Amino acid sequence: MEMSLDLLGNAVVSGLLLGGFYAAVTIGVSISFGMLDIVNIAHPAFIILGSYIAYIANTMLGIDPIVAAVIALPAFYLLGAAVYQVYFVAFERRGEEALRGLAFFFGLLFITEVTLVLVFGVDYRLVEAPYIGPSLHLGPVDLPLRLLVPCLVALVMLGALQLFMSRTFLGRAILAVAQDQLALRLMGANPTRIKRIAFALSIATTSLAGAVLIVIQPVEPSIGRDYIGRVFAICVLGGMGSFAGTLIAAIALGIVESLTATFYGPSWAPAVAFGFLLITLAVRPAGILGR
Amino acid sequence: MSGAKFVLALLIASAAVFGVAWWIGNAYVFFAGYVVLQYIALATAWNILGGYTGYVNFGTAAFFALGAYTTVVLHKLTSLPLPVMMPIGGIVAGIVGLGTGYLTLRLRGAFFSIATLALAVVAQTLITNWDFVGGSRGAYIVRPATAPLLGIDYVQYLFLVMQGLVVIVLATARAIERSRLGYGFATIRDDEVAAEASGVPTLRLKLLATTLSGAFMGMAGAPLPYYVTYLDPTSSFSLAYAVNGVAMPLVGGTSSWLGPVIGAVLLGTLQQVATVTISSALNLLIVGLMLVGFVIVAPNGILGLLRFRGGRVRT
Repeated sequence: MEMSLDLLGNAVVSGLLLGGFYAAVTIGVSISFGMLDIVNIAHPAFIILGSYIAYIANTMLGIDPIVAAVIALPAFYLLGAAVYQVYFVAFERRGEEALRGLAFFFGLLFITEVTLVLVFGVDYRLVEAPYIGPSLHLGPVDLPLRLLVPCLVALVMLGALQLFMSRTFLGRAILAVAQDQLALRLMGANPTRIKRIAFALSIATTSLAGAVLIVIQPVEPSIGRDYIGRVFAICVLGGMGSFAGTLIAAIALGIVESLTATFYGPSWAPAVAFGFLLITLAVRPAGILGR
Repeated sequence: MSGAKFVLALLIASAAVFGVAWWIGNAYVFFAGYVVLQYIALATAWNILGGYTGYVNFGTAAFFALGAYTTVVLHKLTSLPLPVMMPIGGIVAGIVGLGTGYLTLRLRGAFFSIATLALAVVAQTLITNWDFVGGSRGAYIVRPATAPLLGIDYVQYLFLVMQGLVVIVLATARAIERSRLGYGFATIRDDEVAAEASGVPTLRLKLLATTLSGAFMGMAGAPLPYYVTYLDPTSSFSLAYAVNGVAMPLVGGTSSWLGPVIGAVLLGTLQQVATVTISSALNLLIVGLMLVGFVIVAPNGILGLLRFRGGRVRT
């Protein structure tokens, strides 16, 4: 009995840490899908791109993966701005975002994945950092640093974004776009410019999310697909664009997945997110903290 | 052209294609032709939901693989002939389509698309964990050397069966286009709220389209185990099916049954040639680039370009 209690405690703790990481992965989708109504299903592909950037910086230059991600942030921001510009000109302005806009992002997802396969092959890649390997021990509970550090990075990122959204003029403008674009236009602000900035921010988060992903687990190009179900389940369950809701939903999914992996085997974990998503959509599409 | 005449025309065209392939006398023609036919069926099935009602299904691979794995189960338990297995695979995939649709189609379209993406991951997880159908190791199917009754080579038989399915799927798609049902689908695509307000039973129509589309995808996947003789979750749930299912109708044009056929023949043949001459990863990149290029530059696909240049194309 004590044995399984230890197991339970460890599963819950690693689920909590995993949840923090899931929040980092999802926060970009909470901005693009939750606030801007842009169904960026290619988001996980950008995360994998972030992982590979961290991998290159780590193996070739010996830079810490998370430091590398911070350096790469502006590049991802510009990439996001460029993607939004294409999306706006080709789809949003013509009112064709439903069918063709979705297909566009699906194509981006696919192109990114195949390009990474062509350049790096399908082998799993991993990084080296001093916090990968050792664990903190709190009584019977282990705190692996490779989970703890990503969780802390995620919390810092969420906190910074929350401050930005609530305290700065630009952040409030983004929240305003999410509520009523027409009203913003009447106020003399340009919703397209603000949406471009917000979307670019959402892609910028994938740089960090990708780096913490490759800290947590080895990465190969197609694992991004495992995260599509997860990120959208968390985003919807968290109430579409609420940062606090995203964190709560991410931790909930992390714990349920960790328990499933511990007691039924890790090969079942991907199905948990889908179950989460379907139940959310069927029972409470507004999410736990929905408006 | 009436429906019966259209079916007759399709049958004559199919017989001509089979005759030409037979005359060339190379086994590879049937082998490669089967894949192109399979893509015509998949692309047309996708278009029944995507093109006619405007709901995007990213889970083509899931429905397709469900059909294939239904065949594996039936092959192990029974000795049913393939043309009987196909409708069963279709029913299984259709029921999954109905269930997914029932849970998500009452919400905004994007949720349905996301759910289908996730569906592919979960269906693959279930199959990977199901030892009876081989789990992650995959399943071997012994392909008979010759077909029952006809006595022809089994790959030629598979080609023939797939031709039959293509005729059924195309005739159905064209009949839908010209019926009240097709107009109902079109109202959903153009303005769902207005359609609902005018008394169109939108949810029922959407569920019908999802079920039909999923069922045809399942039927297209059902002969796959006999074609590949070794079926594993990674290759049967390959993202290539999903991206082709979306790319072929959009490249060809979604407004008519002819569009997916053009897209499937073009992209399907291109991939068969590129796989042999270049590499299979690179040809998938070509499909992805064509998809993105076409949705940006030619939103109505090749059909749209033809109409733009030469007036109307009669279908």
